Amino acid sequence: MVVTGTVHLVGDHIDTDAIIPARFLVTTDPQELGKHCMEGLTPGWVQRVQRGDILVAGENFGCGSSREHAPLAILGAGIPVVLAKSFARIFYRNGFNMGLPLLELGEAVDTIADGHRLTVDVTQGVVENHSTGAQIHVQPVPAFMLEMLQAGGLVGYVRQRLGGGA
Amino acid sequence: MGQTLAEKILERHTDTAVDGPGQIVRCRISLALANDITAPLAIKSLRAMGVTRVFDPQRVVLVCDHFTPNKDIDSAEQVKTVREFARQMGIVHYYEGGDVGVEHALLPELGLVGPGDVVVGADSHTCTYGGLGAFATGLGSTDVAAAMALGETWFKVPATIRVDITGMVPPYVGAKDFILEVIGRIGVAGALYQALEFAGPVVEAMSVEGRMTMANMAIEAGAKAGLFAADSATLAYTEAHGRQGDSPIAPDADAQYARRLSIDATGMSPRVACPHLPENVRPVEEVAGIPVDQVVIGSCTNGRIEDLRAAAHVLRGQRVAKGVRLIILPASPKAYRQALDEGLLATFLDAGAVVGPPTCGPCLGGHMGILAAGERCIATTNRNFRGRMGSLDSEVYLASPAVAAASAVAGTIIHPAQVAA
Ligand code: SF4
Repeated sequence: MVVTGTVHLVGDHIDTDAIIPARFLVTTDPQELGKHCMEGLTPGWVQRVQRGDILVAGENFGCGSSREHAPLAILGAGIPVVLAKSFARIFYRNGFNMGLPLLELGEAVDTIADGHRLTVDVTQGVVENHSTGAQIHVQPVPAFMLEMLQAGGLVGYVRQRLGGGA
Repeated sequence: MGQTLAEKILERHTDTAVDGPGQIVRCRISLALANDITAPLAIKSLRAMGVTRVFDPQRVVLVCDHFTPNKDIDSAEQVKTVREFARQMGIVHYYEGGDVGVEHALLPELGLVGPGDVVVGADSHTCTYGGLGAFATGLGSTDVAAAMALGETWFKVPATIRVDITGMVPPYVGAKDFILEVIGRIGVAGALYQALEFAGPVVEAMSVEGRMTMANMAIEAGAKAGLFAADSATLAYTEAHGRQGDSPIAPDADAQYARRLSIDATGMSPRVACPHLPENVRPVEEVAGIPVDQVVIGSCTNGRIEDLRAAAHVLRGQRVAKGVRLIILPASPKAYRQALDEGLLATFLDAGAVVGPPTCGPCLGGHMGILAAGERCIATTNRNFRGRMGSLDSEVYLASPAVAAASAVAGTIIHPAQVAA
């Protein structure tokens, strides 16, 4: 899975209330949730996002509640991948479960600025920064998690496995 | 290279070698758990997955404990959903009514968890079973649904913080005080993404129930799991609760830890966590004299028989202060029955306590002891977030059963030594 897009940079400890405030949890439709993505951080944030853009964050992205609506809102906003220094544990799981790939870049995040153009190869674990010419290598996403992403998330993945006689 | 407890247990449940933190492994699970709040969501996901049977009807556990006995129509409907699902799937371990206890107090007593197990639960305090030497952790409802369907899940191998407890333990100091001390020192995100591993002479001498009290609150430091080696005491406990064939498990002497912490129990006084975060921990002397309106003794943290004994020890021959409500909720039917047989319930009633059924009840502000604005409670539960037990303008202090019981008698927060005969 390879995507190219423009970076939207956010800081450390972005919690699930910042990603999708509780007042919008009345639906589980990604498109609806996507309209309010990051509204707890900056009202109207999503308006600057083009389909295919890439979210880059600092430490502990997605901390707070276990709401599965947070990765859905990001997907709904048209963002296909999130890169961060580190992710909060339950968010990390929920991301892949909902079909949103996440890559942990560690300190290398500090070399990326808002507006940079990146190509992210999730399968190989390679991030190419076209604005600086740098290449970042990280641990690639394991095969079964890629399968899960290809199935559109955990619900689709389990459907497939059960359908395949597993 | 040596392995931590987390690495060792996960390796037993996967087909690959576990070489260290950060690695992602797919593990077979021993047990999947959900409750009356989280099971309905998991059931919804299971339906979306097209699941018609769970991986093993013996190893899916459903406990309707949060609002039991059902407090209103909504909670009754939720339980009905879970009950019908359990019947449909032939789930053996479905609990409600007189069989129910607070899930994390109930499962060990039923012998459903043992050393070396991997347990996932749609409840953040699933980490309690680390007290038995099991790798146990809370997940979202969809994750638990998938585990119920497939019998496996994935984990990122956590780094481990090792906590050694040494010294001479003073009277009225124990498991709750040690875990509050750890959370006070490292903070509510101090062990984020990591496992806590507890060891040292004080831990070796600690009862298995005490170990479960400590493991229970690992999540309050952000940890994924709170782990104890399984030793002869653990095996005696699991055998007494109907299990056979369990074996000990311990970390390797040369295991790699991300960080080490040590606690000297000598001279330590009981700990109290002040509003509104479990990390606001003070020695009881520093908060002594603060008046309370309500005292709650129970929950998956401190509602076991040992906790009830500790409370009864302080309450024997005493009366609850005028104007204070003391609510005691044994966490399981077995603890309730044992408390009756040992005369503890009589002690509680003589002291003027309300003794309720096993339920989560006030712990999460559900029912049976909700706080009004301006009211203050000292509780043996695990979270004191703003509004957790009722009004946003109420306060919860967290402490051990001895401190809570003593405070009920004094009407103010107090060191138990000043109350007990
Ligand atoms: S007693 Fe409290 S913390 Fe424990 S499972 Fe029930 S609500 Fe959760």
